[in-house]
Amino acid sequence: MTEQKIFPAPSVDPETKEFWAATNENKLLVRYCNSCESYHHYPRTICPHCGSDDTSYKQASGTGTIYSYSVMRRAKEPYAIAYVTLDGMGISMMTNIIDCDFDALEIGQSVKLKFSPTTSDDVRLPTFTPA
Amino acid sequence: MSINGKAYIAGAFEHPVRNAVDKSLAQLHAECAKGALEDAGLTKDDVDGYFCAGDAPGLGPLALADYMGLKLRHVDSTETGGSSYLVHVAHAAEAIALGKCSVALITLAGRPKAEGMATGTAPRDYGASPDVAFELPYAPVITNMYGMCAMRHMHEFGTTSEQLAWIKVAASHHAQHNPNAVLKNVVTVEDVVNSPIIADPLHRLDCCVISDGGGALVVVSPEIAKSLKRPLVKVKGAGEAPKHQMGGRVDLTYSGAAFSGPAAFEEAGVKPSDIKYASIYDSFTITVLMQIEDLGFCAKGEGGNFVSDGNLISGVGKLPFNTDGGGLCNNHPANRGGMTKVIEAVRQLRGEAHPAVQVENCDLALAHGTGGSLGTRHGSATLILERE
Ligand SMILES: [Zn+2]
Repeated sequence: MTEQKIFPAPSVDPETKEFWAATNENKLLVRYCNSCESYHHYPRTICPHCGSDDTSYKQASGTGTIYSYSVMRRAKEPYAIAYVTLDGMGISMMTNIIDCDFDALEIGQSVKLKFSPTTSDDVRLPTFTPA
Repeated sequence: MSINGKAYIAGAFEHPVRNAVDKSLAQLHAECAKGALEDAGLTKDDVDGYFCAGDAPGLGPLALADYMGLKLRHVDSTETGGSSYLVHVAHAAEAIALGKCSVALITLAGRPKAEGMATGTAPRDYGASPDVAFELPYAPVITNMYGMCAMRHMHEFGTTSEQLAWIKVAASHHAQHNPNAVLKNVVTVEDVVNSPIIADPLHRLDCCVISDGGGALVVVSPEIAKSLKRPLVKVKGAGEAPKHQMGGRVDLTYSGAAFSGPAAFEEAGVKPSDIKYASIYDSFTITVLMQIEDLGFCAKGEGGNFVSDGNLISGVGKLPFNTDGGGLCNNHPANRGGMTKVIEAVRQLRGEAHPAVQVENCDLALAHGTGGSLGTRHGSATLILERE
């Protein structure tokens, strides 16, 4: 087991503070548009698909698949950046795949949510690990 | 209403410097401006329109108009990253067509090398941009973002590292003739795939160079172009298109060139098979491959085959590209390759490229730029230029 990575804390603004507050309860919220009945990410008040402001958060199941990834080999501590497509939501989010064998990662691989600590006590970061 | 034939590129200049430790940023802009105006046979007092992007210091056109002593009636600081300067050519043509200016100066300069910037491996903080909180903690850098595009392309279409390597090989064949190129050695497919991986699946030699310097262009009205002594390079068509994550419906297999390309071809009234020379944005080998597909030089997914076996080498293949050595070998000033794309297209159309890489009867050229990141959000811009 490697030491748990502490991620840099994201900058929280008034529009996204509910999203980040939920991370401290290990919940991943995804913004849903009640008008066009579709999800989007990162969260906005006004739906980027249809322009409606009738949007609200729903909790993601926390499972998904790797859409694409790239292991940053030329870094002090190599890491795997990825887009993960969230099951049943039709959207992909940027994340890191953690606690994994970098050489065994594959596009299409199933992954599950695993929150990581950040430099802020108030915010955790949604990361993923092989399911 | 169209810009086809409404403006001409009369001046073009690429700064020969590649490490500008002894020059200021404003000085580089001004030296590029002077070079392009002298190339056109004009002076700064002829300039009435000025265009610059995010590489300019301070309040962009205000700071540099002050520094250079320009008296202007039209300014434009459209910022779409490395593709800005192709957009500027199109916007200059629009402004000239409407009579808002008649001599438009466009400059680019930067000194990432002198400043020791870790261009490819350090995350960039775009401040208050709304995406930053949801991306920056994961350490997206230029190389792993383009790496994700390449990984997906390989997954969907079977593209290989060897095929991508052919793009660098072609650029290096051209760069050997450019005395100013950062990398002048011809490399092989083996050299590329045996160079160290930076971010999967991109090797060091899949990446462009990091260099200081800059360039400038002068876009003028037809009347002024015809009064000058330079060959006539006409702006025939242009297209621009931002592409992004589409609210999370991420698709890394194509770029905004899929929109800017067809728009430019339609305005110019020509098709991809008519193009004799192409300047294609080459921050990475994968950038070139995706754009060649999106611009319609081959079908989506066929790019790997298309670029192989020297097909991009002047005098050898069907689509001579980046005959100055491109960003991959020659120059990527300010981490923004759009300006040099237009400059080499102008050289080709004038017959002023190096004789070893000059395309015969080069009367129709395309220049294409990508700014920002193909992995997140980027601005694509396409120009079609014709020698008259
Ligand atoms: Zn909607």
